[in-house]
Amino acid sequence: MTRMDFEVVVLAGGASSNLSPLVSQELPKALLPVANRPVLSYVLELLEGSNLKDLIVVVEGEDAAQLVGGWISGAYADRLHVEVAAVPEGVGTAGALRSISSYLTANDVLIVSGDLVTDVPPGAIAATHRRHGAVVTTLLCSSPVSGPSDSGTSGGKEKAKKPVRHNIIGLDPTRQYLLHMATGAEVEKDIRLQKRILQAVGQMEIRADLMDAHLYAFKRTVLQDILDQKDKFQSIRQDILPYLIRTQLSSEVSRNGLVSSESGSNKSAVQDDLRWLSQHREIAPSTFQDSQPLSLKSQRDDQRSHKCCVYIANESKYCARLNSIQAFSDINRDVIGEASHLSGYSFSAQNNIIHPSAELGSKTTVGPQCMLAEGSKLGDKCSVKRSVIGRHCRIGSNVKIVNSVVMNHVTIDDGCSIQGSVICSNVQLQERVVLKDCQVGAGYIVTSGSEHKSESLARK
Amino acid sequence: MAQKKGQRGATSVAADDSEVVARIPLQAVLLADSFNLKFRPITLERPKVLLPLVNVPMIEYTLAWLDSVGVEEVFVFCCSHSQQVKDYLKESEWMKPSSRFSITTVESHDAISAGDALRVIYEKSVIRGDFVLISGDTISNMNLTQALQEHKERRKKDPLAVMTMIIKHSKPSNLTHQTRLGTDELLMAIDPQTKELMFYEDKVNPSIISIDKELLANNTWVYLHNNKQDCYIDICSPEVLSLFMDNFDYQHLRRHFVKGLLVDDMKDHLIDSLTSSDVRYKLHKICAFYIELGLLAVLIQSHLALPVFMYMIMGYKIFTHEIHSSYAARIDNFRSYGTISKDILQRWAYPLVPNFQYFGISSKVKLDRQGVYSAPDVVQSRSARIGATTLIGSGTTIGNHTGISNSVVGRGCTIGNNVCIDGCYIWDNVIIEDGCRLNHAIVCDGVHLSAGVVLEPGVILSFKVEVGRLITIPAYSKVSLRPQPSVQDSDEELEYADASSAVIESPCTFYTHDLFNCFSAIVACISITSMVSNRNAESSPDYSAHEVGISGVGYIWSTNEGEHEEEWRHSIAPIPEAKLIELSHAYLEEPDVAYLDVNDFLVSGEVKPDSESIGFDDGDGGDYGDSADFDKEVEATFHRALTGVNQETVILEINSLRLSCNKSHADCAGALFFSMMELGLEAPRSSNNWLLVIKLDMFGSDNDNHGVDCELYQNIAKEINKWKDLLKHYLKSVDEEASIYVVSFRFYEPYIYQLEMCICYIQFAIEVILKFEEICLETATELAPLFSIILSYLYEKDILSEDAILSWASEKEGADESDKIFVKQSESFITILHMKLIGPQNWLKEASEEEDEDNGDE
Repeated sequence: MTRMDFEVVVLAGGASSNLSPLVSQELPKALLPVANRPVLSYVLELLEGSNLKDLIVVVEGEDAAQLVGGWISGAYADRLHVEVAAVPEGVGTAGALRSISSYLTANDVLIVSGDLVTDVPPGAIAATHRRHGAVVTTLLCSSPVSGPSDSGTSGGKEKAKKPVRHNIIGLDPTRQYLLHMATGAEVEKDIRLQKRILQAVGQMEIRADLMDAHLYAFKRTVLQDILDQKDKFQSIRQDILPYLIRTQLSSEVSRNGLVSSESGSNKSAVQDDLRWLSQHREIAPSTFQDSQPLSLKSQRDDQRSHKCCVYIANESKYCARLNSIQAFSDINRDVIGEASHLSGYSFSAQNNIIHPSAELGSKTTVGPQCMLAEGSKLGDKCSVKRSVIGRHCRIGSNVKIVNSVVMNHVTIDDGCSIQGSVICSNVQLQERVVLKDCQVGAGYIVTSGSEHKSESLARK
Repeated sequence: MAQKKGQRGATSVAADDSEVVARIPLQAVLLADSFNLKFRPITLERPKVLLPLVNVPMIEYTLAWLDSVGVEEVFVFCCSHSQQVKDYLKESEWMKPSSRFSITTVESHDAISAGDALRVIYEKSVIRGDFVLISGDTISNMNLTQALQEHKERRKKDPLAVMTMIIKHSKPSNLTHQTRLGTDELLMAIDPQTKELMFYEDKVNPSIISIDKELLANNTWVYLHNNKQDCYIDICSPEVLSLFMDNFDYQHLRRHFVKGLLVDDMKDHLIDSLTSSDVRYKLHKICAFYIELGLLAVLIQSHLALPVFMYMIMGYKIFTHEIHSSYAARIDNFRSYGTISKDILQRWAYPLVPNFQYFGISSKVKLDRQGVYSAPDVVQSRSARIGATTLIGSGTTIGNHTGISNSVVGRGCTIGNNVCIDGCYIWDNVIIEDGCRLNHAIVCDGVHLSAGVVLEPGVILSFKVEVGRLITIPAYSKVSLRPQPSVQDSDEELEYADASSAVIESPCTFYTHDLFNCFSAIVACISITSMVSNRNAESSPDYSAHEVGISGVGYIWSTNEGEHEEEWRHSIAPIPEAKLIELSHAYLEEPDVAYLDVNDFLVSGEVKPDSESIGFDDGDGGDYGDSADFDKEVEATFHRALTGVNQETVILEINSLRLSCNKSHADCAGALFFSMMELGLEAPRSSNNWLLVIKLDMFGSDNDNHGVDCELYQNIAKEINKWKDLLKHYLKSVDEEASIYVVSFRFYEPYIYQLEMCICYIQFAIEVILKFEEICLETATELAPLFSIILSYLYEKDILSEDAILSWASEKEGADESDKIFVKQSESFITILHMKLIGPQNWLKEASEEEDEDNGDE
C-alpha cells in the first residue's frame, strides 16, 4: 500500500455543554457510548480502514485528554499510532488546530470531527482532494431526518417531518466544487452569494438537503497560513471554510506563493477548470465572435484562484454527527438498526445482539434492533424494544424499555417504564419510575413511583 | 344491447365534446413594437419590426416562425408607425388567402408598454386559449410542440401555471457582464425538477447577490443560472392578460409581470407562515367587504392594501422551457442586430437563411464558398474581393479593388472603387463613392457617402443621410435627418407622437429637392410638418458642415454624458480592446473589494456560534456590541450637526443609521439624548468654577439641591433647548412607526392600534429617561445631583410628557433601592405631576390613603 501522505487530525472535543447531562467530567464526549462503544472508536476504525494510521487526537481539557488517551492506548495500542494532544477549553476548532499546526508536516491534512459516525471512506475524500489539487475538500452528506422513529402505535406520522437544515450549499453543475456555504444562523437568513463566483461557473446548484459532515481535507501549507495570518479565526466551519470559499477566485493564499509548488503543468491544468468555464465564447454559436484578449489576464489570474472541492457521499451511506442529545439517540438507534454494519457486531437471527453472559428472566422479550451487553441481567416479564443496554445493568421485573439507551451499571427496579430516554451510567431507577423522553445524568437516583416527561435529570 | 349502444353513443359524444373544447386554434400575439428607444434614430422613421435583417424585414422572420409552429391566428399589435406596419402586412404574402394563418392587426396609439398592449388585446377579448406571446423582432427556429405540450400538461395539473418562458444557454462575459446579444446578464433561479422559475433578476449590480430565503422554503434544491438567456418567447394562458388587467401598473413584461408574480409568490409563503387559515379567511372576508363598498381606494391608501393584494394575486407560477439545439434570440439592441445577422448568415437559424425560399419576399441569392451569398444580378468588378460571411443583395454594383467582408449589403447599392467595408450592414439603395472606409456601421436606405468618407466603428447612419467628401464620422455617432429630440421629450411619447401616419411621407418629398447648401437657420425643435411647409421658403435645418460635410445632410445626435460611457455595450461594433483591457484590470482589482466584504462578514457579527459545533464549541465569533457602535455613530452624526449641518439632514442620517443597524426610534432618541448631555458636559465653563447653591422653588425642591453645579445645569439646559426639536422628532415620530407595526400585524383589530400607539410613545420616552439615568450613574457622575432638575426642564420644554415620567416612576417602584436614587431625588417633582394629572384634591385624598396604609403597615 502506498503511503498517502496525509496526516489525520481528529478533533475529539471535550465536555460539550449541549450534550449535558450525558457528558461529564468522567465521560467526555468522545467516549460517549454508541452501541456500547465510544463514539470516537467509529472514527478511528474508519480511518484504520482507509489505512490512515498516524493520527493526532485533539481533546479539549487536560482531564478529558487523559481519559481519552487512556482509552485509546488500551484499545488501539498495537493497531494505530495515535498522539493525544490536549488544548485549553473553548479555543474552537481553529484554535485547536492552531495549537498543533506546527507539528504537521505532510502535504495534506485530513481533519475529522471525533463525533462523526459514518461509513464513507475517508480515502475517497482524500483521493478527490488530490485529484483536484484542491485547497480544501469537504465531505457532504444528505441531511439526516432527525426525530424519534415512530414507536409503533404512537402515531408519529401526524408531524410531517421536515429535514433539519444544516447548511445551504452552492455547487457547480458538475458537483465538484464548493461555491457557497451557509452554516448555522445564516441558514435561516437570505442567501448571499458572491456574484463573481456565480459568473465564473454560470450555473450554481443550491442545495438545502446536504450537510457538512465535518470531514475536511486541507492543503497543509494553506491551512497553516490561514491559521497564522487570521488569528481571529476560531472555527473551521464558520471562519476558515467560508473564507476559503469566498476567496476562491481571488485567492490570497496562493498569491503569496505559499502554496506548495506542485509540478507546474498538472496544477495549471487543474486550475484552468473554473477558468475555462468562464470563457465568453464557449458556447456562442457564432464563430467570429469578438475575440477577447483573454490570454492577457489568464496569466495573472491563474495564480489567484484556488479550488474548494466537495465529495458528496452516496445517499445510501450513513453519515451522522453526534452533536446533540437527539442525535445521540438517533445514532444509537441507527447503529443497531438500519446502519448495523457500522457497529461491528454480528447480529443474531432475531436481528439483535445479546451477549452470552447476559441473563434474561422468564417471559422477558428482547425485540429486534436491540443490544444487551455483557453481564446485564433482566428480570421476568421485561420487554426491550429498539434499545441499547450497557454492561452489568441490573434490571428488575416488569420493566419496559423502548427506544432508549441505557449505559453501564444501571439499576432499574421493578415496574419501571422507560421510553425514548437516555440513562447514564450508575443511575438508579427505583420502583415504578416512568420516564418518557428524559435524560438522566450519571449517578442520579430517581425515586420510586416518580414520573417524568421530557426532563433532564442530573446531580447538581 | 340497446342500452349498451346508447352508452357508447353517449361516451363518444362526450369525447367529441371534450375534443371540441380542447380544440382551440393556437393563437399568437405579436408585438410589433419594442417599446424602447434603443434603435433610435432609425426608428423615428420606420418601425423596428420593418427594419431589414439580412435584407428581410424582421417581422418576416417572426411570422415565418409562427407559421412553422402551427399558429393559426396572429394578432399583430401595432403602435408606433402603425400605418407602416399595416401597409406592409397588407402587401405581404401572409395576408393572401394562401397563407396558413390569419393575421389581425390591433392598433393603439397610446400604448407605451407591452403591458398596455396586452391590456388592449384583453379588451378586444379575442384570446380564447393558450397563446404565444412574441415580439416582432424575435428570430427563432425552435419547435414549439414540446414546450406547448409541457405547458398544457402543467395547466391540467395546476391551473396556476400561467406561463412558460423559453430560455437558452448563453454565458455572459465576466468582463462586460452582458451576453453576446448585448443584453444585460440575467439571474434566474429554477427548480431543476419542475422547471419552475423561482427568481428573475436582470439588473444584477452588487457584488453580493442576495436571494430571499423563502426561495428555499419549499424546495431543497434550486439551480441558480447566470448562463441563460431569455428568448422572449412565452407561452401564456389567458389569465396572463387578465393579470395585466388587474395590475394596471404592470408595464414591462419581465421587469413587472414576471417579477411581480414571483415576488407575490414569495409573499404568499410569507403570509402562509404568518397567519393561520382562519385569519386568511377573515382577510378574504374583509377584502370582499371593502370591494363591495367600493372602498378600494381607501384600502390602497391605508396600509391594508398590501396584504390584500398579496392575497388576490398570489400563487401564479411561471415555468421555463430550455432549448438546446434550436435558435431563438431577440433583437434588443444594435449589438444583437449584428450578432443575429451573422448567426443567420452562418445558418444557425436554419431554415431562416438568406437562400431559402421561406419568406414572402422571394430572395434568389446563392451561397458560395466561405458563406458568401450573392444575388445573381450583382455587378461586381473582377478586382473586388468579397470576404467570408457576406451577403450582397440584387442589383448592387461593386467597383474595382473594393473589399467587403462580414457584411450585409442590400439591394440596388452602388459601391465605388477602393472601398473597404468590414462588419457593416448596408441597406438598400445606398451610394458609396470611391475610397470610403466603413467599419462596423449600419447604413440605412438611401444614404449617400461621398468619396473618402470614413465611418469609425459603431456609426449609425439613418435614412437618406448624406455625408460630404473626406469626412470622418467619429465612433458611435448616430446621424439622422431628424433632429434629436430635446431631452425632456426623449421619453417614449415622442416616438409615438410623430408616428402619426400623415407625416411619414414627408422625408421622401423633403429630399427630392435640392436643399443642400442653402438652408438658413431654423430652430431645431421645429416639427417635421412645419419643415415641409417651410421648405419653399428656403428656411430649413442647418446641418452643420463640419459634422456631415459640405454637401452633407443630417444631424449628429449627441449622446448624454452618462450614455456615452455605455455606448460601447450596445453598439454594433465589437468591444474595443482597450475597453476590455480596462475591464479586465477592473476585474482583477475587484477582489480587494470582495476581500473587504470578507472582513465585514466577520465584524458585522453574522457569524454566530450555534449549538451545532462539535466539542470545540466555536467561540463567540461576532457581536462586538452593536448598540455601542450605534450610539457612537449617532453621536458622530450629532456632532456633525453642531458644525452646521441642518437638522433635517441629521434626522435623515440618523434614520438611515437606524434602519441599517435595525434599531428603533427609541434607541435613536436615547442615543441623541446621550450626545446632548455629553455636549453639555463638555461645554467650556468659566474659570472660577465655584458652586452655586440654587433654589429651584418652582416645584419646591428640598435640600437635595444643595451643592448643585449651576453652571453645568445651565450648559445642559442650553443644549437641550437648542436641540429639543431634534429630540422631539424622535419622540413624536414614534407614532408613525407604531402605526406601521400595528397595521402590518393587527390590521383587523383597529382598537389595538390606538392602544399600541400610546404605549409605544410612553415606552420611548421612558427609554430616554432610562438613558439619562444610565448617564448619571456611569459616564457623568457629576450630573447625578442635577437629575431631577433636568427632568423637570425636559418636562417644561414639552419633550417628556407627564405620562411618561409617571410611568417611569411606577416602573421603578419595584426596583432595588440602589436603582431608586433618582426616583427619590425627583420625588417632589413627580408628586407635582401626579397632582396635575388627577387634580390636587384627589391627589390629597390618595396621598392620605397611602399614608394611612403605610401607618397601618407599621
